[in-house]
Amino acid sequence: MDISKSVMVFIEHNGEKIAEVSLELISEATKLAQKLNVSVTAVAMGYNIQSDLEMLGHYGCKKVYYLNDKRLKHFSSIPYAKNVCDVVGRFKPQIVLFGATVMGRDIAPRVASQLKCGLTADCTELKIGEHQMGKKLYKDTLLQIRPAFGGNIIATIVSPESVPSMATVREGVMKLGVADHSKAVKIEKLSCKLPDEDFMTEVLDIIREEKSVDLKGAQIIVSAGMGASDEQALGLVKYLASTLGGVVGGSRPVVDSGVLAKDHQVGQTGVTVRPNLYIACGISGQIQHRAGMSDAKRIVAINSDPNAPIFSIAHYGIVGDVNNIIPKMIKAYKEKV
Amino acid sequence: MSLKMIVTVKQVPDTHNIVGDAMKPDGTVNRAVLPTIFNPEDLNALEEALSIKETVGGSITVITMGPPKAVEVLKESLYRGADDVVLISDRKFAGADTLATSYALKCAIEKLGDYDLVLCGRQAIDGDTAQVGPQIAEKLGINQITGLVSVLAASKKSITIKRQVDDGFEIVRSKYPLLVTVNSTANEPRSPRAKRVMAYKNIDRKFCDESYVESYLGTDGAQPSPSILSHIREWNVESIGADALQCGLSGSPTKVKKVQNIVLTTSDVKQVPNTDVGISEFMRELMDEHIIG
Ligand SMILES: Cc1cc2nc3c(=O)[nH]c(=O)nc-3n(C[C@H](O)[C@H](O)[C@H](O)COP(=O)(O)OP(=O)(O)OC[C@H]3O[C@@H](n4cnc5c(N)ncnc54)[C@H](O)[C@@H]3O)c2cc1C
Ligand SMILES: Cc1cc2nc3c(=O)[nH]c(=O)nc-3n(C[C@H](O)[C@H](O)[C@H](O)COP(=O)(O)OP(=O)(O)OC[C@H]3O[C@@H](n4cnc5c(N)ncnc54)[C@H](O)[C@@H]3O)c2cc1C
Repeated sequence: MDISKSVMVFIEHNGEKIAEVSLELISEATKLAQKLNVSVTAVAMGYNIQSDLEMLGHYGCKKVYYLNDKRLKHFSSIPYAKNVCDVVGRFKPQIVLFGATVMGRDIAPRVASQLKCGLTADCTELKIGEHQMGKKLYKDTLLQIRPAFGGNIIATIVSPESVPSMATVREGVMKLGVADHSKAVKIEKLSCKLPDEDFMTEVLDIIREEKSVDLKGAQIIVSAGMGASDEQALGLVKYLASTLGGVVGGSRPVVDSGVLAKDHQVGQTGVTVRPNLYIACGISGQIQHRAGMSDAKRIVAINSDPNAPIFSIAHYGIVGDVNNIIPKMIKAYKEKV
Repeated sequence: MSLKMIVTVKQVPDTHNIVGDAMKPDGTVNRAVLPTIFNPEDLNALEEALSIKETVGGSITVITMGPPKAVEVLKESLYRGADDVVLISDRKFAGADTLATSYALKCAIEKLGDYDLVLCGRQAIDGDTAQVGPQIAEKLGINQITGLVSVLAASKKSITIKRQVDDGFEIVRSKYPLLVTVNSTANEPRSPRAKRVMAYKNIDRKFCDESYVESYLGTDGAQPSPSILSHIREWNVESIGADALQCGLSGSPTKVKKVQNIVLTTSDVKQVPNTDVGISEFMRELMDEHIIG
């Protein structure tokens, strides 16, 4: 293994814990690093978060560069971006990955701009491959696959001459590896030498909103679309979900109408889910919705319109009124168990 | 001193109402099936600037980089209340990724001179990256606040903002100069004003008759009143003092290797009859496969 090279992950910490997406990215980086025969490193910053960093090792990270400073307790664009630039400049990873979270999307572009590197947004798949440009063949290049144009196309993007290649990835897109508690990470402390003038954003207040549902972790999701958004039908959707031991999801217009909270939204601008079972009730199946659920192992679509696009990705289709079908499902289930 | 604001806006294909393939087989954008619109969140950015102007006072200049046709979004901006607009257009900008785009916009902003607040949309609906705003801020060497959902207080010195983050909201304050990116939930953009539409209808029509390098247009020969813009300025690579190598394709580290249209894969969908028996057998099948327990 070439230890002078690495795949680096930006670790996001909100003052309480490491973001899930950072661990997912460490898992993904481990796969990429194996192909490149390099190691996985990370860069983290905050105030007194060292004990949380230990778990990075369990997912395959070999070394984390850690900047501990009271001023880094809260996120602030310029200091965070400058620190990442400094670490990348010193330790020269080949690839740098960021979560496509609000924080990641805030600093990654700044880092790319300062280092004049390519940055690919919202990748759904990362691969190592070749790229031919003119006469030159670039080996071991990061192939970054991402949807664009509102999900209507999938593009493969490369930055063959950019060192490093940088990409952002949404939460839930990469699979979390299995934690191996025997593996440890080396924590290398660095100091933050930035002047106070770089801390230009004053944080006056932080309002945390607890998630009312954990869609990402759910194995069974029953989702309501506009065809199941009135009180009666939504009640049935909720009842079916609780009967099957699942949770309730929804399409965007249902969330926008206020009957479900924002964290119930499945889709491009909501959560990407991969449950064992996804039951779409009165959902037409527009591309932005499908973008968040098409990887479910079993998709059941219930829709009164036999030509609804949702049927083209469903494994099971039931044509008819949700108000009539859901009670039959609940009844059948209860009789069998 | 009054607040000087710059809003960056982009004309985009209406990616949410596509009929047919978004891309042609040769990998270029299939413009024929894509009507162009004002990038939705850029309307929110403009609206936010207009309401800050109403409370604090100041001026709003809207800039866009794009083909000559992009003047349409500038005209729209004038209808809604922008004081000045600039089109940045040059074949040398073609093929720009976000790095090259933000470089060109940075050069244009510096050419405009003094500014306090730059407002961008959070994200454009075609490239979908949300990278241009923060990259302009880095290149200008100024602070940035992304994900603005409301302005809680604005003065001539600083601004207090509520921003959306993944697990809630943050209330933050910064002095100028500052760049913000505005979320769709921030406001309801106002409609074009009839009076302003009347005043600026001609600016575009006349513009289209002109050659596309550095055109200065008058309004119908009539004496322009001081509050009415008399021409749309158009700048190119040279006039913004940009290094051509850092623009367009040559200034873009990212390259599109391959593009694929999304075609719905018709899976072999199993039709479940909507009858008591049909649904009962279906639920049994799910249980047998341990999908439900
Ligand atoms: C930038 C952008 C991002 C977006 N992001 C998302 C996203 O993250 N998630 C998302 O879901 N959407 C998103 N959308 C919206 C998306 O384009 C669709 O508008 C939305 O998914 C449609 O929701 P729906 O299927 O519930 O409603 P509709 O399209 O109105 O469909 C309702 C369906 O219910 C059926 N129906 C009606 N009555 C009954 C009944 N009694 N029984 C059975 N079926 C019935 C109808 O046949 C129809 O198919 C986004 C849009 C944009 C522009
Ligand atoms: C399929 C596809 C995939 C792409 N993927 C990437 C990628 O991963 N990485 C990359 O670097 N580039 C990528 N690009 C190129 C990118 O779309 C262009 O650089 C584009 O000019 C700006 O990016 P955006 O549309 O994502 O804008 P965003 O960064 O999403 O736009 C944010 C805001 O910046 C402002 N803004 C953006 N463009 C302009 C403009 N021309 N004039 C005025 N204001 C503007 C607006 O206020 C806008 O709301 C891709 C392009 C395509 C077609």
